[in-house]
Amino acid sequence: MRELHTLPLQKPSYWANPLVWSVAALLLLAYGLPYFQPLFAALFPALPRPLYLQEPMAELMWQHIGLVWVSSSIAVMLATLAGLATTSEMGRALKPMMETLAGMGQTFPPVAILAVAVPVVGFGELPALIALSIFGLLPVLQATLAGLASVPLPVIDSARAMGMSPRHILTEVQMPLALPFWLAGVRTSVVVNIGTAAIASTVGAKTLGLPIIVGLSGFNTAYVLQGALVLGLLAIAVDLAFDWLALILYGHAISAVDNQT
Amino acid sequence: MMIRFEHIRKLYEGAAAITDLNLDIQQGELVVLLGPSGSGKSTVLKMVNRMVSHEGGQILFKGKDINSFNVQDLRRRMGYAIQSVGLFPHRTVAHNIATVPKLLGWDAQRVQARTHELLKLLAMDPEQYASRYPHQLSGGQQQRVGVARALAADPDVLLMDEPFGALDPVTRAALQVALKKIHRSTGKTILFVTHDIDEALLLATRIVLLNQGHISQAGTPLELLQQPANDFVADFLGRADLGLKQLSLRSIAPYTQAIEGTEPSHTITHTATLREAISHMATLHVSTLGVTDESGTVLGQVLAADLLEN
Repeated sequence: MRELHTLPLQKPSYWANPLVWSVAALLLLAYGLPYFQPLFAALFPALPRPLYLQEPMAELMWQHIGLVWVSSSIAVMLATLAGLATTSEMGRALKPMMETLAGMGQTFPPVAILAVAVPVVGFGELPALIALSIFGLLPVLQATLAGLASVPLPVIDSARAMGMSPRHILTEVQMPLALPFWLAGVRTSVVVNIGTAAIASTVGAKTLGLPIIVGLSGFNTAYVLQGALVLGLLAIAVDLAFDWLALILYGHAISAVDNQT
Repeated sequence: MMIRFEHIRKLYEGAAAITDLNLDIQQGELVVLLGPSGSGKSTVLKMVNRMVSHEGGQILFKGKDINSFNVQDLRRRMGYAIQSVGLFPHRTVAHNIATVPKLLGWDAQRVQARTHELLKLLAMDPEQYASRYPHQLSGGQQQRVGVARALAADPDVLLMDEPFGALDPVTRAALQVALKKIHRSTGKTILFVTHDIDEALLLATRIVLLNQGHISQAGTPLELLQQPANDFVADFLGRADLGLKQLSLRSIAPYTQAIEGTEPSHTITHTATLREAISHMATLHVSTLGVTDESGTVLGQVLAADLLEN
């Protein structure tokens, strides 16, 4: 029996879990928007159409999630592979360049990437996908490099001295120890991409940014509010889901630290 | 012959770090590589499992050139423990100890039996500690696990690079005693690096004193203290208290005699060294001490005059 588990590591009930609440609120708003007609009519009495009904909000949400899912998957995969490549004999030379790139990327606005992508590939989902994939790369690359750098040298040395192969050291020592950093980077990348994907509506991708942009151009604050609410709830829910994922992936380390304090 | 260094040379940035080093290590020896920082003692140790390469000469492990082995196979046959321990922070104590046995493909049952056996050998209760993580242990416990991990696959040789360097004196002494016991009971060949003279005197069956990449003197602790080969050896061992250090290598047992007349007011156990006995006498202002066994039964007495005339 692991002793940690006998200690009061409180397992919160579902009712106390903010993830459950935010997902419930998100689904309620996305699927039940037509039922909120009286509420928004009362809030915005001046607007003839206080409810965004051009597309079902749930459909926009799923398209938004799809766009983020695909672009983040590409970003995470490429950035992780690039980061891991720096541990190899050949990849070591690329490390300084990647570090510079990772640092630079944070200052480069995603709108600029969108603006560059459109003339190259035209309007629609594709420029959005390209822009989001590129923008999502950098936090993950940075986190992967930071995670690998965080592995104490004596730990790697003793792994070598015990006769572990370089591949073993990578998969069994470096990667598990870099995992918390990496996951934090993926979290940043995905959450930022959820927000940035809204801007992608300006180049013709159907996302939760659509009601916001339509609302802004048509002076309909109710549309803006509805789009922003669903978008905000989605970002919160995904962010909280990463907490939960962290607990599953390396919960033993977290609970162990809690026990010490 | 377990390990043989033949005319070993090593350059660091063009300068000679090790010059023509020759050393034979027999099975079952506990050889301490002693020397000031920069003397090359750590480098010599790391050459054995090819963590550091050597440039000239050759190193033989059981009669075969170490470069003729597959490097990972070679390392798996040598236990390795270092000062900063290097335990895997994401793995439990049991999992850490099992590292090399698992690499060697032992079955789960054998691995668990071995893990528990080693924890017991290092005076740690397997029930209590096997599933803990390294950061839940004290520094001394971590180092015990480090030693257990090095011993796990029953290696031919144990390489230890200042393993107790970062520990407090009490913990360090306890681990030194534990290592000495392990050496005695397993008969392992151990190569141990330290810059601590007292640690070397306590542990070594043979001390190899290094200075600037060559051997200044090699011999038993008593040989080094009684016949230092040159000024460096005498200075390094502490010229002023060479005598005291010799006292610390001898037990009071042979000096114990029957009590005549009144029983001494203070006692000491029969396993104490001459140095401890004399130190006791000095603090207590007495010239006689009773000698007892572990249970406290008085065996006899020792006299200051006898101890100093050895």
